Amino acid sequence: MAKRITATDVAAYYGGFKAIDGVSLTIEPKSVTALIGPSGCGKSTFLRTLNRMHEVIPGARVEGKVLLDSEDLYGVGVDAVAVRRTIGMVFQRPNPFPTMSIYDNVAAGLKLNGIKGKQTLDEAVERSLRGANLWNEVKDRLSKPGAGLSGGQQQRLCIARAIAVEPQVLLMDEPCSALDPISTLAIEDLMTDLKDRFTIVIVTHNMQQAARVSDRTGFFSLEATGEPGRLIEIDDTSTIFSNPSEKRTEDYITGRFG
Amino acid sequence: MTTPVADPTVAPSSALSGGSTGRGDRVFFALTGASGIALVLTIVAIGAFLVVQAVPALRDDTTSFLTTKAFLPEADRPTFGIAVLVSGTVITSLIAMVLAVPVALGVAIFVTQYAPRRLAGLLGGIVDLLAAVPSVVYGLWGIAYLDRHLQSVNSGLNSALGWFPLFGDTGGRYGRSVLLASLVLAIMVLPIIAALSREVLLQVSPSLREAALALGATRWEAIRTAVLPPSWPGITSAIMLGLGRALGETIAVALVLGTSSQITTKILGSGGNTIAANIAQKFSEYAQGGRGALIATGLVLFVITFAVNALARLIVVRSARRRLG
Amino acid sequence: MTTLTALRPTRSVSTAALYGLGTVSVLAALGLVRGAGSSSTALTVVVTGLAYLLLAFALVLAVEGRRAAVDRTFTNLAWGSFLLALVPLVSVIALVVKNGSRRFDANFLTHSLRGIGPRDSNGGAYHAILGTLEQVGLASLIAIPLGLLAAIYVVEHGRGWLVSAVRFVTDVMTGVPSIVAGLFVFTFWVLALGRGFSGFAASLALAILMLPTVVRTTEVVLGLVPDSLREASLALGVSRWKMVLRVVLPTAASGITTGIVLAIARVTGETAPLLLTALNFDSINSNPFKGQQAGLPSFVFAQAGQPQQAAVDRAWAGALTLLLLVLLLNLVARLIARRTRLKD
Repeated sequence: MAKRITATDVAAYYGGFKAIDGVSLTIEPKSVTALIGPSGCGKSTFLRTLNRMHEVIPGARVEGKVLLDSEDLYGVGVDAVAVRRTIGMVFQRPNPFPTMSIYDNVAAGLKLNGIKGKQTLDEAVERSLRGANLWNEVKDRLSKPGAGLSGGQQQRLCIARAIAVEPQVLLMDEPCSALDPISTLAIEDLMTDLKDRFTIVIVTHNMQQAARVSDRTGFFSLEATGEPGRLIEIDDTSTIFSNPSEKRTEDYITGRFG
Repeated sequence: MTTPVADPTVAPSSALSGGSTGRGDRVFFALTGASGIALVLTIVAIGAFLVVQAVPALRDDTTSFLTTKAFLPEADRPTFGIAVLVSGTVITSLIAMVLAVPVALGVAIFVTQYAPRRLAGLLGGIVDLLAAVPSVVYGLWGIAYLDRHLQSVNSGLNSALGWFPLFGDTGGRYGRSVLLASLVLAIMVLPIIAALSREVLLQVSPSLREAALALGATRWEAIRTAVLPPSWPGITSAIMLGLGRALGETIAVALVLGTSSQITTKILGSGGNTIAANIAQKFSEYAQGGRGALIATGLVLFVITFAVNALARLIVVRSARRRLG
Repeated sequence: MTTLTALRPTRSVSTAALYGLGTVSVLAALGLVRGAGSSSTALTVVVTGLAYLLLAFALVLAVEGRRAAVDRTFTNLAWGSFLLALVPLVSVIALVVKNGSRRFDANFLTHSLRGIGPRDSNGGAYHAILGTLEQVGLASLIAIPLGLLAAIYVVEHGRGWLVSAVRFVTDVMTGVPSIVAGLFVFTFWVLALGRGFSGFAASLALAILMLPTVVRTTEVVLGLVPDSLREASLALGVSRWKMVLRVVLPTAASGITTGIVLAIARVTGETAPLLLTALNFDSINSNPFKGQQAGLPSFVFAQAGQPQQAAVDRAWAGALTLLLLVLLLNLVARLIARRTRLKD
């Protein structure tokens, strides 16, 4: 069920402002790809073009091609809502639905998409919570509000919610930046488990995290403020961190800028 | 009760809103959009219908509508104007503002800056209750209770400050005075101005006040230098909205003000009338022609309050734009 | 310890001194007011306040200096404003309860004014209570859905001329005087459409007055729903309308309900529009769609305008009924608001 993403010459705009330009890369199935780079370089924007979340901001648009295996996400007649069902997303801050219980949070995607039947939902909830390494912690209080969990648990709840709809790709936008080190470790472990089933793309500020969890790493940067961000290079994580081919990548990784 | 602050520029809008996909979304936004259109049409219709009904009455008027004091629309030769009504409306409302604004600002500052933080919500809510009391109840209270007590105050004001034209001699009659109407109006707009100003003051970041305190300012100096300056546009707008409410208030004035067909500038006695109260008092006794004249005065009131409210909005929009640079 | 003593003001006014000052103010005010030949409690209170303000300023100025004195004065003014604002509230409620309870009885709540003259000591407001419930109920049925949908459009659609237009109109409508709303319904419903005076005509006017409040509060509360929840729903592959109905609205529900109940409370006490749309009526008319109908506010207004004591007593009892109804609605609104605050 994991699929390959091929982006060709992707550019994204906020109104008249071009945030990223000319991004082309391939994301391999069943692997973790990390996107790193200085603030404002467009890595999060690029991530949001991969499931058409970019366009929900008024005035925002995307140019270029994004293929999921062979299907163009921006092709004629492609429904953005269906794209998002296929490519799930986890956000920077844990955002469980405050009015829903833990169970309902996990089942939300299924229920909202019209899937009914108690047994189906029960199974999906348990499977997703186990998948997110959260089942043992919450199985006795599934009817309690999701907002009552700790930050790290909430983020794993959000991961469970995202994988419950059985996506093929999981996008993670700095999923640990609001968490403490122990919760971060739990999420990182989880990513290693999840890549057996999903294609994972993670945006992170934390280079050690990229080095720890990812198989491949892409480095984004921009020439100057106001210029669009670009992909400088993408390669195996070990290569990027030990022997990058671009000077700018090396400068960033060794802490000379950014 | 509190009407939330009308700040059109920082009004909430989801950053995620935008184009919609799918048939469900199209139907949904067609339905919600239609409600929006209904809202816009309502205000257009209010203006249009008032104009249509006012025009025949104004055509029948044998004198100048704007300057005539008499209001005799049912006479054989209809003679009516709004001179008394407009001046009465403006005078009562302005005095009400003079009385209400300082206290309302004091209340807003007290609740946001001085009251114990845990009690602030409760105390604000108590003041909000003043706005919950229906205007007809204020009117009843005004004639049955406040009038009696205010008469001695009026008399005292006249003997002490009678040289001042507003407090001039009223022939020894101090009941159902202009000041009584203004005082009741002041009590009614006080909670509105206080609640709106409170919202504005709460929007000022506490860190600004703390910064001033950290520089060694006293509590009041911190409020004056850090809290009030960014709040003035919002407070001004709150005052304008309060003024709009005072101009349009009907029943309380209709009950407490002793009316006459003369413009009065002596506020310690009765006299004059307001547009809104005049409509409420005359509507049931008038037939077609007289009601047309009342509608014409209502149109004037609509235009005045529209202008005041538009101005309040403009102040907020302007200042927000300046803030955003 | 030398550094700490340096931070301590050399002299300061103690709390006990301020209490003393208060006592002196009361005595001075009593002396002044009595001396001027008046026994008004209100006047004494006002003079006490002014005396305290001046004395406190003078004392703090002498002991702690000008800045402290100004600071103390503004603290006193802020407290004074608040206490002053409470005076009419307490006075109105006390008087309404006292005078209203004279006729607030079973007969009052179960009988109309049919065949009752101004001098008769019986007769009640049953017909008016019924009318108010029907008029406000119908107004709510019109204004709540319309206002909710319009606000959803503004917040969730977010762009375009219609959004700006609705925002502008909401602001303008907030300022439409209630009497003008009544006049409009008279010209539109009664004159232009020829439908006659009725309770429903009053509902239309009340709905116009409710609408801006419903739109504005809903708009504000929807704006408080974090965008991250919208993002989360959209990222699950949920369409926008389902997102609004199933995630955004439930999150905002209690805030919106509070606003709506307050809007209902506000129009419940509106008198002016009733006088131009439902007129008034002494007998029971349970059909809001046909014929004149009384409302509680117009009942109070009509009875208050009579010179006879029996009528005025009925006005007070009506005012008490109205006040209880409005305060009950406010209490409900506050309880709903409190419940949400506990949740997050």
